[in-house]
Formats: sequence, C-alpha cells, structure tokens
Amino acid sequence: MTDAALTPPAPTPADLRVAVAARLKARRARETRFRWYGRLAILTALMFLAVLLGRIVTQGYTTFIDYRMSVPVYVDPARVDASDLAGAGYDLLVADAVLAKLGEKDDEFGSASGKVMELLSTDLGFKLLQKLRADPSLIGKTVTVTGPVRADAALYYKGEIKRSTPQESRKLDDRQIAWLDKLKAQGMVSSGFNTSFLTRSDSTEPEQAGVLGAVVGSAMMLLVTAILAVPIGVLAAVYLEEFSPKNRWTAMIEVNINNLAAVPSIVYGLLGLAVFINWLAVPRSSPLVGGLVLALMALPTVIIATRSALKAVPPSIREAALGVGASKTQTVFHHVLPLAMPGVMTGAILSLAHALGETAPLLMVGMVSFVPGVPAGLTEAATVLPVQVFIWENASERAFHERTAAAIMVLLAFMIVMNLAAIILRRRFERRW
Amino acid sequence: MLTQSDESQAKEAGPVHIELRPQAQHAVDAPPKLRARDVNVFYGEKQALFDVSLDVPEKAVTALIGPSGCGKSTFLRCINRMNDTIPTAKVSGRIELDGDDVNDRSIDPVLLRARVGMVFQKPNPFPKSIFENVAYGPRIHGIATGKRELEAVVETSLKRAGLWNEVADRLQAPGTSLSGGQQQRLVIARAIAVNPEVILMDEPCSALDPIATARVEELIDELREEYCIVIVTHSMAQAARVSQKTAFFHLGKLIEAGNTDEIFTNPRDTRTQDYITGRFG
Repeated sequence: MTDAALTPPAPTPADLRVAVAARLKARRARETRFRWYGRLAILTALMFLAVLLGRIVTQGYTTFIDYRMSVPVYVDPARVDASDLAGAGYDLLVADAVLAKLGEKDDEFGSASGKVMELLSTDLGFKLLQKLRADPSLIGKTVTVTGPVRADAALYYKGEIKRSTPQESRKLDDRQIAWLDKLKAQGMVSSGFNTSFLTRSDSTEPEQAGVLGAVVGSAMMLLVTAILAVPIGVLAAVYLEEFSPKNRWTAMIEVNINNLAAVPSIVYGLLGLAVFINWLAVPRSSPLVGGLVLALMALPTVIIATRSALKAVPPSIREAALGVGASKTQTVFHHVLPLAMPGVMTGAILSLAHALGETAPLLMVGMVSFVPGVPAGLTEAATVLPVQVFIWENASERAFHERTAAAIMVLLAFMIVMNLAAIILRRRFERRW
Repeated sequence: MLTQSDESQAKEAGPVHIELRPQAQHAVDAPPKLRARDVNVFYGEKQALFDVSLDVPEKAVTALIGPSGCGKSTFLRCINRMNDTIPTAKVSGRIELDGDDVNDRSIDPVLLRARVGMVFQKPNPFPKSIFENVAYGPRIHGIATGKRELEAVVETSLKRAGLWNEVADRLQAPGTSLSGGQQQRLVIARAIAVNPEVILMDEPCSALDPIATARVEELIDELREEYCIVIVTHSMAQAARVSQKTAFFHLGKLIEAGNTDEIFTNPRDTRTQDYITGRFG
C-alpha cells in the first residue's frame, strides 16, 4: 500500500524456457511460410518460362517438317532450247507435268496450270534448269525434280488451312485442295525433316526461306564484338583495378562506366549511325559496323565483371608473388588474372550472349534490310537472327509466322549453347586456392 | 666457441650460381646485416612506429616480440618494402641492407625482394603445382633457365626446406593440396629458391599445429647457418628456443634489444620484464 511500483519478480529459468518454447511455434511457422513464398516464386517463374517456351515450340516446330513433291517432268524439246536454257518457262513446264499426273487438262487461258503453279515452289523449276545446265542431253527425256511444295500448300498439309473455313476466306480454293489430296494419295508428296531451314538463307518465298544467312551474319558480328570487347575490356579493367592510382578521376571513370552499362541500347545504335557510318564510312548493314556498335555496348559489362573478379582474388596471392620478387605486372598477369579467369570468362561470354540478342541498335545501323544470301565478308550486307525474327514477324504470308517461331528457337538454342560454354569454360579454368 | 666469421662468400647482385653458400659460423657481434635507424611509419594519420633503431646480425635468428599491434609486423614489412603496397603507408628513416638504404630511389624493390625473402603468417603457396611454386622465382629472376637448371633448383630448395622426401614423387600436384605444415615449408623453399640473403618470417608457425611447428623451427635452426633470419613471433617460448637476438616492441617503440639469453633472464626495462613474465600482452 505504500510502495507504488512493485518490481515484478525476476523470471526464473523455467519461465524463460516456457517463453522460448511458446515463441518457437511462431518462428517455425514464419520460416515455413517464407519457404513456401520462395517455392511459389520459383514455380511462377518456371510457369512463365514454360508458357513462353511452349508457345514458341508449338508454333515453330512445324517449320521443321516440310512437304516435298517429286514430279517427273517431260522436257519437251519444242519448249526448251538448248542454246537458251534460261529462257524456257520451267515453272509452266513443271505445272503441266503435274496437271498431267492429276489427269486434268488445261483450258485455253491456262488457268488450271496457273492454279497448279500456286501449289508449287519456284524451286522446282530452278532445280530443273540446274539439271539441264549440267547435262543438256536430258532435253527430250523425262527428268524427276524434287522440291518443296509452296507455302500455302504446306500449310494445308500441316492443318493450318482448313477445308472447313469458307472458300472466300482461305488462300486455297476447293479445286486446289482436291488436287493436293490427290497428289498425296498418288504418293508424289512426302514429308521429312526440313533441313533447308538451316541451310538456306532468307527468301521471299516462305518455303525456301531459311536462317543460314542470319546465323552466319550473327556469328560474324559476334566475332567482331568478341575480338574488340573482350581484350579491351579485360585490359582496361586490369589497369583500373591494379595499376591506376585511386583518386577522384578514377572514381569518376568508374561511375561513368557503370552508367554506360545502363544506357539504352538504341542510343548505341544512334552512336553507330553517326560515328561509324556517317563519319568513318564503315559499310552500312555490315557485320563490321554491327560488331563495332555491340562491342561498345558490351564493353562496360566486361569491364565491370572483370573488375569484380579481380577484386575477389585474395591479397595473400599478390603478397606471395611480390614477396618472391615479382614485379607488379608479373604479379597481375602470372597470378591474379589466371585466378580471376572464371569470373572474367563468365562475364565475357554472358555479355556476348546478351549482344547476340540485341536488335534495336542493329536496326539503326541498317541491318533491317532483306538479305537473301550468306555474307561473304565482314563488310558485306548481312542480317542477324533477332532482326530476321523481326522481319519475318512483319511479313504478310502466314507461313512466315511459323518460321518466326522456328528462328526464335534457333536463337534460343544459340544462347543456350553459349551459356553452356560459359559454364564449361568456367569449370575448366577454376582453380582452388 | 664462436669464431669471427670468415666472409668468404661474395655479395652477388645479379644471377647467382645454384650451389650452396659455404657454411660459416655465425657471430652475433659481426657487422650487422641490417641496420635500422630512426624508422617512423605512418598509416595515414596514425603513427605505427616511433624512431625504431635496430641492428640485425647476419647468420643468426633475430626475434621480434611484443603484444598485438605493437608494430613488429610493420617493421618487418619495411625491410623488404612490402609496405609500398599499402597506399596510405609512409616510411621515414634509414634501413640499410649491407650499407645500402632500401628506401633509396635507386633500389628496385623487385631486386630487393629477391635478396630479402618473406614467409607469411598463413601459408600462401601459389595455386600452381609444387614444382611451379618453387621454380617461379628463379625463373623470373633469370637465376635458372631451362628445364634442367630449374629442376636442380627445385630439388635443392625442397631439400633445404626438408620437404623433398615428402613431395618428390608428386611435384606436379597443386601446392594447395599439402597440409598446413608442408605448405609453410613449401613457402620457405620458395623463398630460398631465389637465394636470398635475408629471410623475414611473420609469425610463420601461428597457423600450424605443434608438430609442424617443431619441424619449421628445426628448419629455421638449420637455415640460420646461411641466412639472416628475422622472425616475428607471439610465442616467447619460440623466441627463446629459436633466436639468438631478441627485440621487444611495445606500442610502436623498440623498448629493448639484445642477446636472447640476456633478454629472457635479465631484461633491463620493466616493461620487458612484465611482458616476458606474462603480466600483460
């Protein structure tokens, strides 16, 4: 009654144990919840990845199935002149041969053969010309040519063009569809793995279009990027980290390099346009200018990755080397850099893989043009895989859509290979200390 | 009986022969190998050493003892200019190796460190093969070139370090695959492969177990017949066992230096007395 504040009795060890035990359940619950949040996050990410990949693969895998037609063509000497092989109308010749096989006759306007030609690729006529060029004695004989069916016919065979849609809204009319069925029943049409997608370059005809030109263009461009960005980046990082004095200027350089890594890629494209193409007259749309632009883009990333790999090398290695009488340069190049190699290689390969997928800067330096062949040199016009995807996506023919997805698959495969290479190289160069 | 040493070996300043230096008796009162005069070291604003003056004799082990943070390692690192690697470190005063000031502009630290080797507290072999560890120094200094010469140097150094029998059959194994004691002996072999005149040891046994420690101390005992050794140690027992001269540091000042026997049995300064008897530090 006198003393207002009664101090509570000090907790006994038993009380404390009870309190700790009571808290334990809540702590365990929180930990379990947190674990589930983590699992949920991973599952969501994997789900998105699965949806994306699934969509691409289901859209694109049909590209790798192609339908080919084998047509025995009678080379009428009345229509083919041995002295002017290129002048003959081979497409019409092949169409007539197919009509004959279908048991139909052409009318006087040639409308039937015209309709048949819509089902055949110009490749057939071209192959016939090549055979005749090689052996002109074939004139007057029957030559069998094999080539892909035209894009829309292939889409019908793959089920993309359906008979159920009304005739006005589809690309092939009923007569053409009937012919396609008949040709297939006769065994003139076979399906197989579409190697030409990987061995041919871009074309206006979807069934003849392939990614070879884009793949070669990408590879050349990556070569230029690698040769420029990796040595310059690594040596710059070595200098900044090991040799340069640490003062205000070097701090500013470091800040600027970090900022450059975050600059939007299209700005580098503008830089490439202004400096490389307009001022230095580097050929437009070439792997050289593309490689130069992307090398500038990859440089800050390589520098940052190399610097942090160098920082991670323990100072005891440097001291050991210096203690034995190695000079600064020998210490860095004989001891520190080899130990930092895994990090350096990972940074380099990842920045190159990143550069592989860049599209915006390349659009600015002109790599958006239609390039039908494989570039022969670094200064020739070329296109790259992501730009090829972009071009095909904008094309009007439906058949290009499945090719877009297939090109994306090729691009992804490229990137997976590069990332695997990064992992393998890193393991090989890893040294334990 | 200690006799005046016969200074029969020449002081080489360039690539040296691979054969062993002729054994010579040590004498603590022969002309000192190292002379430090009024050495002051600053780390930025903080002063770590105050006017340290010390003579280090040749062909003997000098122990630097003292409590943690008293500047022993700092002083040691001045001798082979390892403090150059610390940007905020400033060294003033004279440290003479055979009469030449090591801080003089005309002295190249790279050559200095070939004459003054260092062994660190934690064994730090290069992450290369055992052979490469020992051969690296001779190769870069041009002491041995070509496969045969290098093999000879490696074998000699590993034998001197007492490690040859254990690793002769696996010279290509990584240096880091050895045990702690073996690694430290490898590091010592690495240091002596370049034929130094002085070997600095910064607490070489503090990371080792007692048996490995005993082997390293045995090695130090053998090495002192040829090299001038300066060892920093926390263990007074080790200092008493291994050294001929002892210097006691405290808070950056050299309190007392002299023959090991005298320091341990009859120190002049009370602070030395207190430290040795374990009253502090």
